[in-house]
Amino acid sequence: MELDVSTRDDGIAVVVPRGRLNMVSARQLKETLSDLVAGGSARIVVDLGETTFLDSSGLGALIGGLKAARQAGGDLRVARPTPAVVSVFELTNLDRVLRARESVETAFDA
Amino acid sequence: MRRSRADLAALSPEAAERRRRHRLLQIRIVVVLTALLGLNYVTWRWLFSVNWDAWWIGVPLVLAETYSLIDSLLFGLGMWRLRERGEPPPAPPDLTVDVFIATYNEPIDLVMTTARAAKAITYPHRTWVLDDGNRPEMRAAAEAEGIGWLTRSADWVGMPRHAKAGNLNNALLNTDGEFMLILDADQIPMPEILDRTLGYFTDEKMALVQTPQWFVNVPDDDPLGSQAPLFYGPIQQGKDGWNSAFFCGSNAVIRREALMQLGISRYVQEVETGVERALRTARSVVRRSRAALGAEEHEVRAALDTILADIERARRDLARDVPLFDVTFAFQQRVAAVRASLVAEDLATLQEDLAVLAELEEIAEDPDIHLGSMDAGELGQVLARDLSPLAAVEAVETLVRAIDVDRGGEAQAIMPLATISVTEDMATCMRLHTMGWHSAYHDEVLAHGLAPEDLQTMLVQRLRWAQGTVQVMFRENPLVQKGLTLAQRLMYFATMWSYLSGFAAIVYIGAPVVYLMIGVLPVQALSTEFFLRLIPFLVVNQLLFWLVADGRPTWRGQQYSLALFPVWIKSFTSAFGNVFLGRPLDFAVTPKTKQEPTGPAWHLVRPQLWAIGLLLAAMVVGTIRILAGQANTAGALFNMVWVAFDLLIFSVIIKAARYRGFEPPEPSSDVQSDPPTDIAAPAREGAT
Repeated sequence: MELDVSTRDDGIAVVVPRGRLNMVSARQLKETLSDLVAGGSARIVVDLGETTFLDSSGLGALIGGLKAARQAGGDLRVARPTPAVVSVFELTNLDRVLRARESVETAFDA
Repeated sequence: MRRSRADLAALSPEAAERRRRHRLLQIRIVVVLTALLGLNYVTWRWLFSVNWDAWWIGVPLVLAETYSLIDSLLFGLGMWRLRERGEPPPAPPDLTVDVFIATYNEPIDLVMTTARAAKAITYPHRTWVLDDGNRPEMRAAAEAEGIGWLTRSADWVGMPRHAKAGNLNNALLNTDGEFMLILDADQIPMPEILDRTLGYFTDEKMALVQTPQWFVNVPDDDPLGSQAPLFYGPIQQGKDGWNSAFFCGSNAVIRREALMQLGISRYVQEVETGVERALRTARSVVRRSRAALGAEEHEVRAALDTILADIERARRDLARDVPLFDVTFAFQQRVAAVRASLVAEDLATLQEDLAVLAELEEIAEDPDIHLGSMDAGELGQVLARDLSPLAAVEAVETLVRAIDVDRGGEAQAIMPLATISVTEDMATCMRLHTMGWHSAYHDEVLAHGLAPEDLQTMLVQRLRWAQGTVQVMFRENPLVQKGLTLAQRLMYFATMWSYLSGFAAIVYIGAPVVYLMIGVLPVQALSTEFFLRLIPFLVVNQLLFWLVADGRPTWRGQQYSLALFPVWIKSFTSAFGNVFLGRPLDFAVTPKTKQEPTGPAWHLVRPQLWAIGLLLAAMVVGTIRILAGQANTAGALFNMVWVAFDLLIFSVIIKAARYRGFEPPEPSSDVQSDPPTDIAAPAREGAT
């Protein structure tokens, strides 16, 4: 997995995991997210559009990042999940608490 | 390998399969016979044979017999699908595996012996010592030999530790193998343990493969009933047949994805319940505060009304299945805005609120209080004082935040291994089955363990197992778990049911004593019909045991399932007090080192000694009453046989109390190379 990190003009950080987000890469994502929060970017969008595979460890990393972001007064949003990724959300019922957004740009609008 | 398996290995696959089928057919015939004869006997007892005039002993006896019948039916259900898996499928190459050795305070040498054996496992893997004691010398010893060392991360400071489950949960988030082998510090693995178990995971739904726990430091006559050849054998194989083989805490391989998936879905559930409760409590806090307002405080009242409306809106949204994090995020933002407007209004009363708020913060951080599991009433009590408006609003924020995304009261948001019970293994396994995962029991000894060598440690260990099982029964009764098949529900329930035997034991001791001492018969008559219905049931029941045991010793287990009746009863009462009355369990870690022998430990088995005394006295009184012509000779003789059987059962307690620990046999007889062909019986072989 490769991880692209950028910060938009409005201060929102965008993280793009490319490829397989599994038990091996989950820790990398988790560390990246907590580094972002520690560095003052507590509003984060994780763009899952390029994520070909996601497992429960990947979900765990997202929850870890969400926890860190909310504790710092911000939030973490996920956007553009592929059908395969959506099915993992549904399997664990995570979709009942964490709604995926349709686009990265509007992820923080509502 | 076990004798039966060795036999099988010598046969061609077809012949072995024929033998298995033949054996299963025999077992099924006897299962049906046992069920029919048992139902016949107990139904007749209830309808025609209870001595209602002596209901105080007649009813307990028929209840105890009904209990035993249900136990026997559940056992039969397991045996119906007895699954002998034989040779395992070959292990696929290139899987990533972590081997975990869980330790808390065991001697470094003992842990290192296990760790070295773990490192020597042939299938490629990484070995980790999970040191809950955070000992520098343990770390040094492990790292000196290239073995990983993990202890709790900083997240756990001041949080509930959840014993071994917490230790494993911590390790899960700090490693990344696809599979993990879990070992207790005193279970020394054999090099082939992974090669013999990983093959089962080619089934993509396979979450767990359990192998037997077998102990090397146990003499042939197994005075403490340490070995469990019937449990780690037919009972697990029967459960396996219904896809409910149990996880037993050690010597098992688990798929990480299954555990993590479980962790995420539990997290979702707990956040949902927690937020719902927090909102309810928040509403009552704000209402109280509003009621205490003076008539002129219009602006404050309006602010509190806004919050109440927000609470209702949040609850409505949740009921409409709006994703929870959206609801709580919006809610927190609105509450924060209201608070900002209140701050100016409220400076005057701020001072006196500070104390209350500080208390609330402490509660949110108190490791012993788990906000997600507190109910609205408890939280309401904590906040019983009327808060000023500002304080009330801050209380609302704190409440909701504490159990929202954060799960403020836990070290990790995700807790894959269940923390609802002191035996995390069974609860975790049941939840995995609930989610549709598979488990397997592979009946081959692949680790050599150490059993307790003194009565006290053994009693603590059995109590802990029993308490944990009963806790799960009270907290997550398998009979009502969605996602389990009916058979799976019954397989879990069977184990819990078997721990109720302590109450039946009292009746089985008491009934013959009452008859011999004062001549009161709990049944209508010891008639021919009574014996014609009872004896065939007892015979087929023993036949079933004999058939499924297939040469494994079962007597020690039968003894302990009655003889440890005070332990089973205590497990039930203490788990009841813990789950429903919030009392501590007095939980103790089983010591892994030998306790110094200090002479026979009679003080540990007083209730059993009283029972033995009572049974002996009944024999004497019964004899006198026969000689004096006061007793019905046939009835008294029958009850004496019963008493003699009870005494034979309890004789194991004398043996256990006098046991001085394991003396290794002469070097010529190599115990280690010869596992379960002639080992003695288990603690709970009656356990199904």
